[in-house]
Amino acid sequence: MSTPTLHDATPNAEAAGLATQENALGEFWYRFSRNRAAVVCLFVVIVVIAAALLAPLISPYDPMSGVGAAQQPPGSPGHLLGTDHLGRDMFSQVIHGARVSLMVGFVVAAFATVLGVLIGALAGYYGGWVDNVLMRVTEFFQTLPRLVLALIIVALFGSGLTKLILVVAILSWPQTARVVRTGFRTLRSAAFVDAARVSGVPSWRIIATEILPNVLAPVVVVASLDVASAILTEASLSFFGLGDPNVVSWGGMLQQAQQYLRSAWWMAVFPGIAIAVLVLTFNVLGDGLNDALNPRLKDKD
Amino acid sequence: MRHSWIPLFALKRLLFAIPLVLGVVIINFLLIQLAPGDPATVLVGDFPVPEEYLDRIRAEYGLDKSIPEQLIAYLGQLFQGNLGVSFSKRQDVLTLLLERMPATLKLTLSAMVLATIVGVLLGVVAAKYRGRAPDTASQVTTLLGFSVPEFWLGQILILLFAVTLGWLPLGGDAPVRGDGDVLFNLDYLVLPAVALSFRYVALIARMTRSSLLEVSSADFVAATRSRGVSESLILRRHTLKNAAPPVITVIGYNFGFILAGSVMVETVFGWPGIGRLLYESITSRDYPVMTAILLIISVTVVLANVLTDIVHALLDPRLERK
Amino acid sequence: MDTSATGLLDVRDLSVAVRSRRGPIGLVDRVSLSIGRGEIVGLVGESGCGKSMTAAAIGRLFPTTAARITGGEVMLEGTGDLTNLSDRQFRKIRGARIGMIFQDPSTYLDPLMTIGRQVGEALQAHGYEGSREDRVAELLAMMGLPDAAQLSTRYPHELSGGQRQRVLIAAALAGEPDLLIADEPSTALDVTVQAEILVLLRELRDDLGLSILMITHDLGVVAQMCDRVYVMYAGRVVEERDVYEIFKDPRHPYTLGLLAGTLSPEVRDQELFAIPGRVPDPRAMPEGCRFHPRCPLAVQECREKEPPKQPLGEGFSACWKYDDPRLPRAWQLAEEHVLPVGFEGIPATSDDEVSEP
Repeated sequence: MSTPTLHDATPNAEAAGLATQENALGEFWYRFSRNRAAVVCLFVVIVVIAAALLAPLISPYDPMSGVGAAQQPPGSPGHLLGTDHLGRDMFSQVIHGARVSLMVGFVVAAFATVLGVLIGALAGYYGGWVDNVLMRVTEFFQTLPRLVLALIIVALFGSGLTKLILVVAILSWPQTARVVRTGFRTLRSAAFVDAARVSGVPSWRIIATEILPNVLAPVVVVASLDVASAILTEASLSFFGLGDPNVVSWGGMLQQAQQYLRSAWWMAVFPGIAIAVLVLTFNVLGDGLNDALNPRLKDKD
Repeated sequence: MRHSWIPLFALKRLLFAIPLVLGVVIINFLLIQLAPGDPATVLVGDFPVPEEYLDRIRAEYGLDKSIPEQLIAYLGQLFQGNLGVSFSKRQDVLTLLLERMPATLKLTLSAMVLATIVGVLLGVVAAKYRGRAPDTASQVTTLLGFSVPEFWLGQILILLFAVTLGWLPLGGDAPVRGDGDVLFNLDYLVLPAVALSFRYVALIARMTRSSLLEVSSADFVAATRSRGVSESLILRRHTLKNAAPPVITVIGYNFGFILAGSVMVETVFGWPGIGRLLYESITSRDYPVMTAILLIISVTVVLANVLTDIVHALLDPRLERK
Repeated sequence: MDTSATGLLDVRDLSVAVRSRRGPIGLVDRVSLSIGRGEIVGLVGESGCGKSMTAAAIGRLFPTTAARITGGEVMLEGTGDLTNLSDRQFRKIRGARIGMIFQDPSTYLDPLMTIGRQVGEALQAHGYEGSREDRVAELLAMMGLPDAAQLSTRYPHELSGGQRQRVLIAAALAGEPDLLIADEPSTALDVTVQAEILVLLRELRDDLGLSILMITHDLGVVAQMCDRVYVMYAGRVVEERDVYEIFKDPRHPYTLGLLAGTLSPEVRDQELFAIPGRVPDPRAMPEGCRFHPRCPLAVQECREKEPPKQPLGEGFSACWKYDDPRLPRAWQLAEEHVLPVGFEGIPATSDDEVSEP
């Protein structure tokens, strides 16, 4: 195949760490691990994922039912983070809340990435009117006030996790599409792509196996930021009372806390910290991935 | 005349904006069509209304006709300024929106001004002390700004400054307590404006920093320096001027997101603007109000973008080519 | 002041290094060069050999704050050692004693400022008294740009590459400097425009008595422009010669290689030659003669000891084999495999790459 020429055509391919070089992963990890904040965040993500998966086992109480006196402050016996207005254990709720946030974050990012890659690849590879039409659509979606639209769609069509994820995903792909398109535009006339084309490799294979692996670096970075913004969007929707009523969500907890700001500050503080930390984590991870995947940019500093 | 091409440029940009606005209208139309239940109900809201009124709505919007005809009818109603009637408020939607708009503009514009001042300042400091403590501090602030949900920040500010310290009021806007004095209003404005601006402080600071760093290492800055021009003049005449357009673009292009953010913040503070209205309309399933708000926010976003492009064009002669 | 100064500018043992995480990296190593009044001196070498860094050190215009002068002096007639000046004092030198022009004229002009104001700003910086507008017009006309009144109101993007370079020269000469440092001034331009700019520079030398330090990778430019030439390789000057001598009788295998790679009327039908291998990574400079890994004549001595400067007329060659009878034909012999070629060049791949501006 054309792997040997890859190296010559795109000096970045090696740095990107996603082409097929054997030591690429080691190289990537070396660069990533130099960003200490990102390593810490990776650790945090792993801990939060573990907590979310094991939530039924590690949370002391059922998060959905009252298990003690209402509005006990943090540090009360048996209730590390206190209880809410219905006597539900805050700690258990916070742990369970991670499940929705992570699920929405990851699934939305996955959807948005697939959609964005598809649209960006078509626009960048074919150019011309295809590019024109797709990019106008992308711009349009970027102009739309995402959060307001999501609020209204969910309000009209009814809440529920699946719908919520779909709506947020449909509004999240443009950034990925743009970076993929840029990558495809620069690579579609590269020597190794021409070689493949001349030797009769079908377009879809050129797109998928020749060009795509070389433009994935920024896609991974954008995906990480997508997770962060999807978590925020979910929290906002739940805060509006548009989350799934059958699951615990940090945004939903904050909605309930709103009425008790005077009497139970902890109801607002802990879920909010949880959101901020998780979002921050994915933002920092995005930065770390960016440093690791585009080393040239950083070293100029 | 240097700027003689600007009016034409503005006109072109406005023409380009038409399809965007049309797209938003079509999305609104599709939402009404696709929402579960009778489109007439969506146009009226989830309220018991007399059958005659439903019939009138069906006739106005041509609901018994084909989809394209319905779209035309819908457009026609919009052009007449008919955004429907809110049954929960017993009011014409357009009037309702116009009533609520000033509060939202007051909040969003204050937040934008605040974010611009603080963000530019942070960005300049970060660029000046690149890699040192002030830069790190500014970058951490930036990261927090991107990560903290504005509605939660609002709650925390209320907890701190209203509940605990009692310095500032919990929420609402002065007119609510029948008090029109502008200076007196300020205490109500502080917390929501701060909560709303934080994310944009981060955005503007980041852009200012990177733009300044890029320009200060630009070739033409080195060339100007090589001619013996003083550093303060280089900064004033060249660096700041060239660093400004991207920052202005970020500010302008994000006005729409400030509007969206104000939906959340207004809800937390009970600020009587469009955002609070959206919350109310969602909880009362007042569909005409919801779709009208989507429309008005989207159109504002498009107009803000056009305005930003025009300002950008005034600053950068190279745009004349395009 | 210093009595041994031979001309307008006298650079002695100038060294430049950049800081890096793993300690300083030397980019320029004890470079000495001098420029007389009204003289055009060439500084030649492949990219990455330190010639632009040398120019940046003289003009105190390093592309990165990590770079600094680590040794040597830069004596300017009437001023003394420039390396001792504070930034404030050095500003009085910029434009007034030393002017600079650059490779890509499209990026060296402020895109948001009119031509007239940019040239005028340079005049203002030197306290020009009198009508700035008239003087700008005069300067532009001197650069072969007629209709200054109209041109002054234009923005850089409205000009051609050649026009932009002329504007840059006008701005650089606004303060009437004695020395013009020209860093690849014609490289980014079309061939015909290139020639025009070079002709203009020669005329300016003739008319104004300007001295020019011409930094280029192109020996063709040197032949056309220069009186004397310094050849740089891997941070060091390896040969200094009168321009006539260097073409007639080059005495360093590197110079020979560069010459073989230059199109001249006699060799036009031959295939263009390129020296095998590449410039070494500054963090891993070869011992001894830095050119030895690429040199067909290299012997043990070359690998171990830095070659001394062998005097040749006014100049010198820093090569152990400078009088080897095989030297003139060294590259032909290497191509015919009579002589070996090392290929020991260490590839310059790294995470903290040091790039030349």
